[in-house]
Amino acid sequence: MINLHWVYALGGLVFASFAVGSARDGANRKRWGNALFWALLSLSFWFGDLIGDLANGVLVLLIVAVAGTGLLGRGSGESTQINEREQLSDRYGNMLFVPALVIPVTAFVGTLLFTYTPLKAFGIIDPKAVTLVLLGVGVILSLIICYGWFGPPPLTAVDEGSRLANSIGWAIVLPQMLASLGVIFAAAGLGGMIGAMVGSIIPHGSIVMAVLLYALGMVIFTIIMGNAFAAFPVMAAAVGVPILIHSDGGNAAVVGAVGMLAGFCGTLLTPMAANFNIVPAALLELDSQYSVIRAQVATAIPLLVANILILYFAGFHR
Amino acid sequence: MIDYWPLLGIALVVAGFALRFNPLLVVAVAAIVTGLLGRMPFLKVLATLGHGFNENRYVSLIYIILPVIGLLERYGLQQRARTIVANMRGATTGRLLIFYLGFRQILSALGLTSVAGHAQTVRPLVAPMALAAAEKQHGELDEATANHVKSMSAATDNVGVFFGEDIFLAVASILLIQSSLASFGINLTPFELSVWAIPSAVCAFIIHSTRLLHLDRKMGRGR
Repeated sequence: MINLHWVYALGGLVFASFAVGSARDGANRKRWGNALFWALLSLSFWFGDLIGDLANGVLVLLIVAVAGTGLLGRGSGESTQINEREQLSDRYGNMLFVPALVIPVTAFVGTLLFTYTPLKAFGIIDPKAVTLVLLGVGVILSLIICYGWFGPPPLTAVDEGSRLANSIGWAIVLPQMLASLGVIFAAAGLGGMIGAMVGSIIPHGSIVMAVLLYALGMVIFTIIMGNAFAAFPVMAAAVGVPILIHSDGGNAAVVGAVGMLAGFCGTLLTPMAANFNIVPAALLELDSQYSVIRAQVATAIPLLVANILILYFAGFHR
Repeated sequence: MIDYWPLLGIALVVAGFALRFNPLLVVAVAAIVTGLLGRMPFLKVLATLGHGFNENRYVSLIYIILPVIGLLERYGLQQRARTIVANMRGATTGRLLIFYLGFRQILSALGLTSVAGHAQTVRPLVAPMALAAAEKQHGELDEATANHVKSMSAATDNVGVFFGEDIFLAVASILLIQSSLASFGINLTPFELSVWAIPSAVCAFIIHSTRLLHLDRKMGRGR
């Protein structure tokens, strides 16, 4: 059965290729720092399950040390000139979209096949890893098409991949680091503390105030933790179930579903949700790492108000 | 009486981000301090950090796509995306992004969240198209405007996926709501919950689309 380990092996290979590509980039004065960074990450992907928690912890500290002490360089800029790209673009035309679309189409067709047809019963792919396995398959297919069709020099994918990876830099591991921080926050009992704090300021008897506290609590806790998943069980236990559902008689489905969505408004506002808010700023080469969040504020706030209104009027029709 | 000291870890993160230290460094320090304040021995903190990092490797897997995107960019993918928009009649940045928003919400509602994303679609296709539409209408863009158009492209992807995915029955957040409420003896089906994601999805589409149309008008006024 193809499971997550296969995809991690592929991930390790790709990160190792970034290490090779970085080392080959003569234009980057700090190329060995970049190469070391990607090599450490590929070690984590290949051997993380074999070396034990403590060694993984040391590996994390090494990765942070390389990235946090200015050992990473930006890498060289564009590999081909704009006019050269335009010529190539004219030559290959709209067929250029084919390899780009192979990845989403593989995800699309594969998800349908393995979710809605009897194929899922054959156990070819571990059901828990379907999405990621399909991503890996799509990438491999797309690379085969590109090489067969453009016939680039053998290491082109390595060089181009590491060019992009080095333009994103340390931000690539930030989401994973924040997820580990979440694990520590949970182990230190932060959820219980925030739940107890919110629970102690509950205004009894006022549905409006309780709804506001619940929704804003979801938003603030989500901003702190970087995702609404960590916030929901805590806020449901502190306010949602005892106050809104049990004493105020709110509709449980509305309190659950819309409470989570109020939290999603918080996700739009926080750098802690790095894969949604910080990584794209690096990926799109924006002038500030907070540009995406700034662009989202004016959607998130009215949307939060809308969610609070839905929570109030649909949850408590009297 | 609960010991509230570990909350200092949150303050460290906020301060570290605000003072613009390297975020990886900030997160690592905050993790260790929080663990120590939570009365965990140092080696236990280190092991927990390592365990968390290892268990969450899947978060970073999306970057295996970079060699493909880099290769295609070398052969002119972004330029092609721009050419398509330049030949499209009536295409504006706002309309393009509204189309993408709806598309992303619908795909997510069908459980196809990973079909699109910042690495898969925004960088190679959506952002260059949005920029090309803006340039076609308003001429060469200044740095700040180009930056804003790209930011809105990323924002549109986020809004689309966040406020579409919960309509799908088997998405992680719906299952989490279901199991959290079940632990209090409140038993709901995923369907009962996901229906209530629809009003918010509609509001998200209306609010964000209004902003995108406003973006078109604002860029038009700028010259």
